[in-house]
Amino acid sequence: MKTLAVTALSRSFGGVRAVDGVSFAVAPGEMLALIGPNGAGKSTCFNLLNGQLRPDTGTVHLGGRDITGLSPRRIARHGVGRTFQITATFASMTARENVQLALLAHHRQIWRFLRPAPQHHAREADALLAQVGMAEQADRAAAILAYGDLKRLELAIALAAAPRLLLMDEPTAGMAPAERTALMALTRDLANQRQMAVLFTEHDMDVVFGIADRILVLDRGRLVAEGTPETIRANPAVRAIYLGTGATTGGH
Amino acid sequence: MLSTLLVQLLTGLSGASSLFLVSAGLTVIFGVTRVVNFSHGSLYMLGAYTGWSILSRLPREPLPFILGVLLTVAALALLGALLERLLLRRIYAAPELLQLLFTFGVVLVVQDATQAIWGPNDLPLPRGRWLRSFVEIGDARVPLYDLILIAIGPAVLAALWLLLTRTRWGTLIRAATQDREMVAALGVDQKRLFTSVFALGAGLAGLAGALSLPDGSANLQMDLSIITDAFVVVVVGGLGSVPGAFLASILIGVLQAFGIVVLPQATLVLVFVIMAAVLVVRPNGLLGRPQAIRENPASTTLIRPAEPALRWLGLAALILAAAAPLFVGPFLLSVLTEMAVAMLFAAALHFMMGPGGMASFGHAAWFGLGAYAAALAVKGLALPMTAGLLIAPLLAGTAAALFGWFVVRLSGVYLAMLTLAFAQIVWAVMFQAVDLTGGDNGILGVWPAQWATDRLVFYWLTLALCTAATLVLRTILYAPFGYALRGARDSELRAAAIGLDATRLRHAAFTIAGAAAGLAGSLAAFSKGSVFPGFIAISRSVDALLMVLLGGVQSMAGPIVGAIAYTGLFDLLLLATDQWRAVLGLSIIVLVLAFPQGIAGTAHRLWLRGKEA
Amino acid sequence: MSITRRSALAAAGLLATPAIVRAQGNTPIRIGEINSYTAAPAFTLPYRNGWMLAVEQVNAAGGVFGRKIEVISRDDAGRPPDAIRLAGELLDDQKVDLFAGSFLSNIGLALSDVAKQRKKLFVGGEPLTDAMVWQNGHRYCYRLRPSTYMQAAMLVDDAAKLNAKRWVTVSPNYEYGQSVVKWFKLMLSQKQPGVEFVGEQWPALGKIDAGATAAALAALKPDAILNATFGPDLTNFVRQGNTRGLFEGRGVVSVLTGEPEYLDPLGEETPEGWIVTGYPVDSLTDPANKAFIDAYKARFNETPKMGSVVGHALIASIVAGIAKSGSTDTEKMADGFAGASFDTPFGKAAWRAQDHQATLGTYVGKTALKGGKGTMVNWRYVDGSAALPSDDEVKKMRPA
Repeated sequence: MKTLAVTALSRSFGGVRAVDGVSFAVAPGEMLALIGPNGAGKSTCFNLLNGQLRPDTGTVHLGGRDITGLSPRRIARHGVGRTFQITATFASMTARENVQLALLAHHRQIWRFLRPAPQHHAREADALLAQVGMAEQADRAAAILAYGDLKRLELAIALAAAPRLLLMDEPTAGMAPAERTALMALTRDLANQRQMAVLFTEHDMDVVFGIADRILVLDRGRLVAEGTPETIRANPAVRAIYLGTGATTGGH
Repeated sequence: MLSTLLVQLLTGLSGASSLFLVSAGLTVIFGVTRVVNFSHGSLYMLGAYTGWSILSRLPREPLPFILGVLLTVAALALLGALLERLLLRRIYAAPELLQLLFTFGVVLVVQDATQAIWGPNDLPLPRGRWLRSFVEIGDARVPLYDLILIAIGPAVLAALWLLLTRTRWGTLIRAATQDREMVAALGVDQKRLFTSVFALGAGLAGLAGALSLPDGSANLQMDLSIITDAFVVVVVGGLGSVPGAFLASILIGVLQAFGIVVLPQATLVLVFVIMAAVLVVRPNGLLGRPQAIRENPASTTLIRPAEPALRWLGLAALILAAAAPLFVGPFLLSVLTEMAVAMLFAAALHFMMGPGGMASFGHAAWFGLGAYAAALAVKGLALPMTAGLLIAPLLAGTAAALFGWFVVRLSGVYLAMLTLAFAQIVWAVMFQAVDLTGGDNGILGVWPAQWATDRLVFYWLTLALCTAATLVLRTILYAPFGYALRGARDSELRAAAIGLDATRLRHAAFTIAGAAAGLAGSLAAFSKGSVFPGFIAISRSVDALLMVLLGGVQSMAGPIVGAIAYTGLFDLLLLATDQWRAVLGLSIIVLVLAFPQGIAGTAHRLWLRGKEA
Repeated sequence: MSITRRSALAAAGLLATPAIVRAQGNTPIRIGEINSYTAAPAFTLPYRNGWMLAVEQVNAAGGVFGRKIEVISRDDAGRPPDAIRLAGELLDDQKVDLFAGSFLSNIGLALSDVAKQRKKLFVGGEPLTDAMVWQNGHRYCYRLRPSTYMQAAMLVDDAAKLNAKRWVTVSPNYEYGQSVVKWFKLMLSQKQPGVEFVGEQWPALGKIDAGATAAALAALKPDAILNATFGPDLTNFVRQGNTRGLFEGRGVVSVLTGEPEYLDPLGEETPEGWIVTGYPVDSLTDPANKAFIDAYKARFNETPKMGSVVGHALIASIVAGIAKSGSTDTEKMADGFAGASFDTPFGKAAWRAQDHQATLGTYVGKTALKGGKGTMVNWRYVDGSAALPSDDEVKKMRPA
């Protein structure tokens, strides 16, 4: 069964169809990239999936379960992990505590009032930090971590809930090229190990075409192409869109 | 009948204009600088006094009057610019709301300075004949000056609108209101922008103060009597929105004018009921925009449990406090009792304000409810003191849970002002329910039980309960719940993404903070032997806020240090000098400049630096 | 003053003052004093001058049985809890023999309750609340000024003479205002059956919306108005009332308005013909008043106000009480004050035994405008004893 199944998703803003009848699916362990020029509807599409926005029509199913229009919190509860374009971590905590809090939330142990939080799930948190290569940084404050480390910390936080689907919004934005490849290679490994589906948007076409199993291309809210990197690369419609807007690889 | 309605409407509109003039300056200043400027009322008062000094020397004709008012505006604008350049500028980098503490220091200093310069007596401005003339509507009269005020309000609105939309400076101000960082990035000299905005705001306060003279006098109460109303208008209108402030002024002015006819007692609380209603329906005021979600800048500090050395220090302080009765006299014992109560009260506020990210301007509501609950349990139901001490946190917590349901859906200053509104409503109920609460005379004879009558015993009981409750709060903050609460403050996005229910967490925190304040209130009731509406008054809430800010929001030691410092300073200064307001105000200003992270916060930082070196 | 301040500073030090064992011989009698000096300076600063003058005069005359008196003064910032703490400081650390003072009713009641709890004598100066000597009255509390009941009683005769049928009231929304309105309504209704009270306004203290209040009252078309607002509220209300013609052709009865504290700020806007209680300081010529006014002017270079009289009389009443008790022992004073008579600028007054209220009266007259300033004319002095209920009624109100 597919991890995520999206059917005929639409959303308009004041008459402008930002997302228009988009359907696709992601399989376990699969990495799916969502690309398109600025204003194509990538962010809207993402926000419809993560609960930030409600669709006008269409459905979103996660593991066969309808999660259409649920709040971000409920969607997270159903096993959707997220990383943000601008990292969002708990700045007043250490890296380990960030992950511990995510573990506590996952195990529904938030409403506990006695034993200090740092005494919960410390080993599990360290294991997750080690998986993303952050073992040495465990005791450092999230506020002072380097940007690339923050991205990896976000990944560890997301993994704490053992998600079936990981949504990554511009995961490599603001990173140096070498770091980008490393981070996405790490994600690739994790997806394979955990049979976790990954849906990501990305500006860096080297990353997209190097990592993704499949690629979706959006333009003006519509899905214009879908397929493996090879077929997308060869698709004349896609070339037209990108050449037409002047945007090429490299991100910004 | 119709003419009566019309007269009341016009009266309400002129009141609205006066309200708008004070609020316009406040909202402009807040919009750009994000400074919650408590001293705006002081600027208004100084405007009235300055206006009196100028106008009482001029002929009582319209032209000299206009000239005198304009001179006052210029004088206050200059004063505002000076205030900004000499003082406020130094603390923009400090955590949010710390400026509030700072401007409160200014309020205190201005009160004493004004009395020193102009004397304690009210100063009425003699009115010229034209200021006493009127227009007849039916058989009722409407003062000409009311009509003039009605015209001045929209005129000032129009002038501000032109200034904000048709000049480059105005464009920068509007841009800064929406996104301060962006304006900084554009290479605009932010310092000069801030100074000019402060001058504009102060000038408007001066205008309002001077224009209030024909209707009354310059007096020493006008600063505090106007400031809450001005804040209400600003918040109801939407922070930073000048047209919003205008709309809110009209809403409040007109409802007030008719409210007086329908239910005269309502004047006590009407503006706060209006504010609560507006905020429940429109969480960002009438014309305010939702504040962008942003990372809490204060939360960049890593929160750690105190190091062993600090814990030993705390334990030593506690032992010292417990042993204090052996070597201090009865008066200092009563000060220590107050400190213990203040510590718990401040820790309760800190619980929701620091880790919870919800500053409250109305925390005295729960303190006061606890006090009244205990007093009524003992006096009304003849229950023992222990029952009173148990009922107090329960009742305060329950009330906090009810009000909290509305409060936690808001954020920032809106949230703070909604707590203020609820506190004022609770205050008004206690004030007006004379049969139950004795009104402003309070409930007397609430003395401790026989076994605790001895002041030593009561002190130890207070110290034990306050310390224990504070430690419970601390335990909760380091437990999973506290981490989740702090997480929701640090990053709303991330909290939702890991499945945290921020609203529920905050609601629980609000309730716990209310219950803890209620316990503090009940102890205060028994230690004073009485309860008064003053226990719920704004000044009481401000006290708690000052303690937390003075100590530092970012550490558990902050509210404790702040409560001890503030209570000690206040109690001893009150004894030592007639000019305690000036000295206290100056102390606050100096402390803020010296300890921009609060006393405990800054001390902790210095300690860490010492260790790294 | 500077001496008492310094002793205060010493007490503020970290160590407690050790109990001083004093012989009854020649050490000063220590009177603790608490008032709202910073919260209500317009009233309390003249009051402070008044008691300072009295202390100087008493000590210059040799004190009480050879002992000088010393006043240790405290500012309560207008907050009852602080007043309570300071009362403790005065009693425990300063070892005062008795304490006195207060301006606001709620602080007066709170201090009275401290006196009751601690079994120490408290002499209230300014507070007007009836509860202090009646409902909450007790052995250890005395009160000097004419209460709200007495103020209303003093005015009600002249009010009845107005023969007005439709009355409205405007009064600050707290106990003082509520109590004035309650008594005035009751007494006037007894004196003048058929009188109607057709409307009430209850502005919040210090926050009157004067225009709307005046307009609301005018719309009721009353024949007469009872006013109990004072201070900045009164100034605002009078101005709006003047412009709107609220007072034209209507009788106005106004509590406290004749006191210079509140009359002076009205200036040339002072409405004429209001029936008021107050202190006609500019036209009093009898020896007692004149002596006080002259001494006060000589000492402070300004005209005394009502507060000055209260402050002065407060010390006189305490000195007389101690002299009659023959001791500063609390129990002896609690009994001995009753019946003690003393001289005030207004003439002789005495402490009543039945409720510990002083018989100090006040002046009732009409407001007038002279040379652009407000003043009182056609005044008469009403002794406090003439404005109090019968002993039976007092007994019913006062707990045994």
